[in-house]
Amino acid sequence: MSATIYLHEFRTRLRSVIVWSLSLAVMIFIFYSIFPAFSSQAAAINDALSKFPPALLAAFGMGQVDMSSVLGFYSFIFLFAQVCLAIQAGNYGFGLVSVEETELTADFLVSKPVSRMQIMDSKLLAAFTSLTITNLVVWASTFISIHLFKGSRTYDLNALLLLLASIVIFQLFFLSLGLVISLLVRRVRSVTPYSLALGFGMYLLAAFSGLEGVSNLELITAFKHFDPNYIIQHQAYDTPLVLLNAAVTVVCLVAAYLLYVRRDIPAVS
Amino acid sequence: MSVIEVSHLTKYYGKSRGIVDVSFNVEEGEIFGFIGPNGAGKSTTIRLLLSLIHPTSGTAKVFGKDVVTQGPLIRRDIGYLPSEVYYYEGMKVIDLLKYSASFYECDCKQRMQELSDLMELEMRRRISDLSYGNKKKVGIVQGLLHSPKLLFLDEPTAGLDPLMQRKFFDLIRQENARGVTVFFSSHILGEVQRLCNRVGIIREGKIAEISDIHTLQQNNYKKVRLEATGLDPNAFNLPGVTNLQSEDSQVHFFFKGDINTVLQKIAPLQVSDLTIEEPTLEEIFMHYYE
Repeated sequence: MSATIYLHEFRTRLRSVIVWSLSLAVMIFIFYSIFPAFSSQAAAINDALSKFPPALLAAFGMGQVDMSSVLGFYSFIFLFAQVCLAIQAGNYGFGLVSVEETELTADFLVSKPVSRMQIMDSKLLAAFTSLTITNLVVWASTFISIHLFKGSRTYDLNALLLLLASIVIFQLFFLSLGLVISLLVRRVRSVTPYSLALGFGMYLLAAFSGLEGVSNLELITAFKHFDPNYIIQHQAYDTPLVLLNAAVTVVCLVAAYLLYVRRDIPAVS
Repeated sequence: MSVIEVSHLTKYYGKSRGIVDVSFNVEEGEIFGFIGPNGAGKSTTIRLLLSLIHPTSGTAKVFGKDVVTQGPLIRRDIGYLPSEVYYYEGMKVIDLLKYSASFYECDCKQRMQELSDLMELEMRRRISDLSYGNKKKVGIVQGLLHSPKLLFLDEPTAGLDPLMQRKFFDLIRQENARGVTVFFSSHILGEVQRLCNRVGIIREGKIAEISDIHTLQQNNYKKVRLEATGLDPNAFNLPGVTNLQSEDSQVHFFFKGDINTVLQKIAPLQVSDLTIEEPTLEEIFMHYYE
């Protein structure tokens, strides 16, 4: 761990963290501000929704919960927050070490008196700090929005805490998956297409698995590992899937260290 | 004491050749020139010594320590100026230099200021606004600010104007006088000859020759091109002349030996044009292998 690299990394990412955090906070707030109007006409809306094919509703994460309840509505928003969180974490993962190679600064960094392990430690910790800031902002924005707009309705705090606690595991999954992919491909020219593909790709897989009822799909998409509907309904995680998710993260991290320590830094020209 | 010991070092990038079975030593306090055409493996060798890449086989030691296992320790005392300089574009020069200095256990502020003044570097500017030559200057200051004991210079003069090149060479000589060992890679024979004590010549990934600079200079060919009226090409068929070619009133040839013997042959002629120059490295290599 090198404090020097950690600080440099953290500072480089600071603007991006602020933009992502504020966008997420505002999205949650604005989305949730329509909850009072929505729930006051709950009967009409639930009636309308019931006319849609159930498979379609499942695809958009509106299948099994009562959309007029405090957490039912929130779990619907949370799915979109998850997509953003996945893209952000994917961004940081894909760019973590590849950015030094695209911007050709890897020679500078690696020729300093630090080991590859130290570089990786510092970079991962800095990215994790950044993601945690976004995570905390999402927590704050969630509580503020719910308490401003829930009116006299009540909700189960435990279920909400479980849902929010899943963010950190979810972020680490995309961070480490992005990182390991960036080390496996020859050269990452631009980070965003990769993280968009990974984030949206997994989201679509999750949507399809709802649509088709193909249960095998839920094994490979992190959105199903932390399905907000499931967590709210059961007030618990789908433990096997969460364990699977965490295992993938650990494998990715170990692989990333091994690959990076042995990596040949490509020459500039 | 050898500062660098390279033994049977080989690097393949997949199937393509980097360097093959390279062995040489660099002694403490010398300026070692490493010359060869582009793609010969100069940068590969330096990158192996800096642990930027890992050897396929063979070993390399710097300060008596293995580069694969003790890289971070070795790099405390190494300064590196890459052939192409790229830094974090968004940073200011001063911030980059401070970032660089923060990796070393030294108070490098004063040295940083001295070097920047010497290289006339504007510290407040952004890296992205700098010209290539100015980035190179950042590279020089960045590579020297922690007073390293061993310097790797990979084609360092590209992009520097002649005045800066001279300042830079003076700086390297000063560092060397303090006891700093210098590993200087270049494809320009002239600058290597001016600066180095010993040279290694690398060609197609293999060491072609390692010799004292004086020996190399004695072996050195001159390229002579002469245009004169009433020229008899056979008059230049002297010992030491090779590759003699003539057309109309022109002759050109390579010459190795005491240049006065050629000049005596030229003196009585009515010369309209004459050049005597260093052959290019390629031409020297052609001689090595003919």
